[in-house]
Amino acid sequence: MSLAPYLITQLVLAPVVLPALAAPLAVLLLIRHRTTGLVISFASCLALLGVAIALLVLSADGTVRTYEVGDWPAPFGIVLVLDRLSAIMLTLTAGLALVALIHAVVTKVDRDGWHFHPLFQFQLMGLNGAFLTGDLFNLFVFFEVLLIASYGLMLHGQGRARLKAGVQYVVVNLMGSSIFLLALGLLYALTGTLNMADMGVRIAAIGAQDQWLLRIAALLLFVVFAIKAAIVPLHLWLPRTYAVATPAVAALFAIMTKIGVYSIIRVTPLVFGDGAGSAAWAPAPYLLPAAMVTAVLGFIGVFAARSLSEQAAYAIIGSTGTLMIAVAGWQADTVGAALYYLVHSTLAGAALFLVADIVARRRAGFVDHATPGPVFAHRQIVALLFMIAAIGVTGLPPLSGFIGKLLILDAVADLSSWGWSWTVILLTTLVGVVGFARAGSSIFWKEAPKDEGKRALEVPARADMIAPALILTLLVALSVAAGPATAYADAAAAQLLDRAATARAVLGGG
Amino acid sequence: MTLEFLVASAIGVLVAGGIYLTLRARLFAVVLGLTLFSYAVNLFLFASGRLVVGAPPIWSYDVDSYTDPLPQALVLTAIVITFGMTAFVVILALRSFLETGSDHVDGHDVPTDDQAGGGE
Repeated sequence: MSLAPYLITQLVLAPVVLPALAAPLAVLLLIRHRTTGLVISFASCLALLGVAIALLVLSADGTVRTYEVGDWPAPFGIVLVLDRLSAIMLTLTAGLALVALIHAVVTKVDRDGWHFHPLFQFQLMGLNGAFLTGDLFNLFVFFEVLLIASYGLMLHGQGRARLKAGVQYVVVNLMGSSIFLLALGLLYALTGTLNMADMGVRIAAIGAQDQWLLRIAALLLFVVFAIKAAIVPLHLWLPRTYAVATPAVAALFAIMTKIGVYSIIRVTPLVFGDGAGSAAWAPAPYLLPAAMVTAVLGFIGVFAARSLSEQAAYAIIGSTGTLMIAVAGWQADTVGAALYYLVHSTLAGAALFLVADIVARRRAGFVDHATPGPVFAHRQIVALLFMIAAIGVTGLPPLSGFIGKLLILDAVADLSSWGWSWTVILLTTLVGVVGFARAGSSIFWKEAPKDEGKRALEVPARADMIAPALILTLLVALSVAAGPATAYADAAAAQLLDRAATARAVLGGG
Repeated sequence: MTLEFLVASAIGVLVAGGIYLTLRARLFAVVLGLTLFSYAVNLFLFASGRLVVGAPPIWSYDVDSYTDPLPQALVLTAIVITFGMTAFVVILALRSFLETGSDHVDGHDVPTDDQAGGGE
């Protein structure tokens, strides 16, 4: 049975290779044979989910698995690293992608342009690659892959609003990529390596005269990740972009800010941990205040937003803030709580985008604006879905958001800054609840006086509720399985903060 | 010393120009700014392997000083990516101009300040 370990090693590469193969196939087949193209797209997503769950189960034993691309030994070649955190992120991506794809196909938005499915697959390739790679330059490359695909997806369907928001989104991210390269250049010049684990080892040897340069490099890198995570003051690109994107795409984009969060969680302990001189925990002092302002501004945005999709976009910002408050503790228990909340907030944010879409599809000219309109089809059931999604996003019991926030509150209670953290988290929850209650009551409870006879709106089939229901079921599952899930998240956090073990696994022996 | 000064000042000028233009409100200027900034970044990456003149990047018995080949590979990757991105952003800016009738970053319909009655 010497084949099994070999196959397991190869399996680590599968999340990158599968969509990379599916995307060109989809390009070739979609034009002539729509159904075949769809089958490929779904097959790829299902296979990704299968592989991700297999990797999740495999990683539960705590070994860090590596895949050396082209069999070049670790510090010289590119290495993919699979640990518990990567496995969590891969599973989350695969699950979310499947739901988003179902919604896109059911609501037929994938027919608005030729290239939805190929772009979707490339997006998944970039996301999976970024979650797996152990090489800083490779991380940049996968960032670019997922960004290029996201530009296409964001503009999918076109129209004035999307082009306007798209230009800003692209320009901001191009600047971000350039800054990423600057930081990489500095770090390479200082350490002579691009492998993250190796860089973490070598960074201790940097002389006193170069410490200021190292600190600049670390903070530049952090700025790039903060742009991706939409942490205040680098969040301005997000609300408009997400609110105007095709809803199924916006749901998938819920994971895009998490890639910034992931990069911060991954790179800081591994490269800028203890012993990194002036760059040791470099982002830490700025992270907590920035996270608090992010949470506050995000939930104020939820309160002030004029439409459900805008609310969902601000909820993404707010939940990232809450998440970073926990991450900023840099203890095993705070990061563990953050990881559980990360999974929850991604699903809840995506659910809100999908619910906003099914509301918009039923209200003709009123779309998802938080203003009273005429009674629309399936109002009760849509209202129920909205309520569950809002409970999830704000973190009320009984859903996983409550458990996540409780874990965060409990974990940060030992830190000196706990007073601020508690105030911010509890107050933003209240503001969020009021915001959603207000939007929900004007959409679902109030009625506008009879409209001008444009009642000819065809009622969409109930099938478009499949995807929102599915993602809310996932939220329920995450709440029911909170025990094992938090245990896994805590183990992932402990593994993540154990830099020496990762370095041993990646560099072999040393 | 002079080589380092030349490269460093070139990067500095490109960055300054790039950032200034990127902060303009017109898409054409922004695209130029992004291009200048990415040139600066490519030069910077190239210099991160230290500036060595007349030395080979590949190991050989005859020489004892080398230039670092890795930054050159990195720059190549970065050039390919930024080239593709620039092409994309040019098309996007054009589409945005044609669709919204304005080349303002925010899509506002403001007349150009330097040429009255800009556009057609």
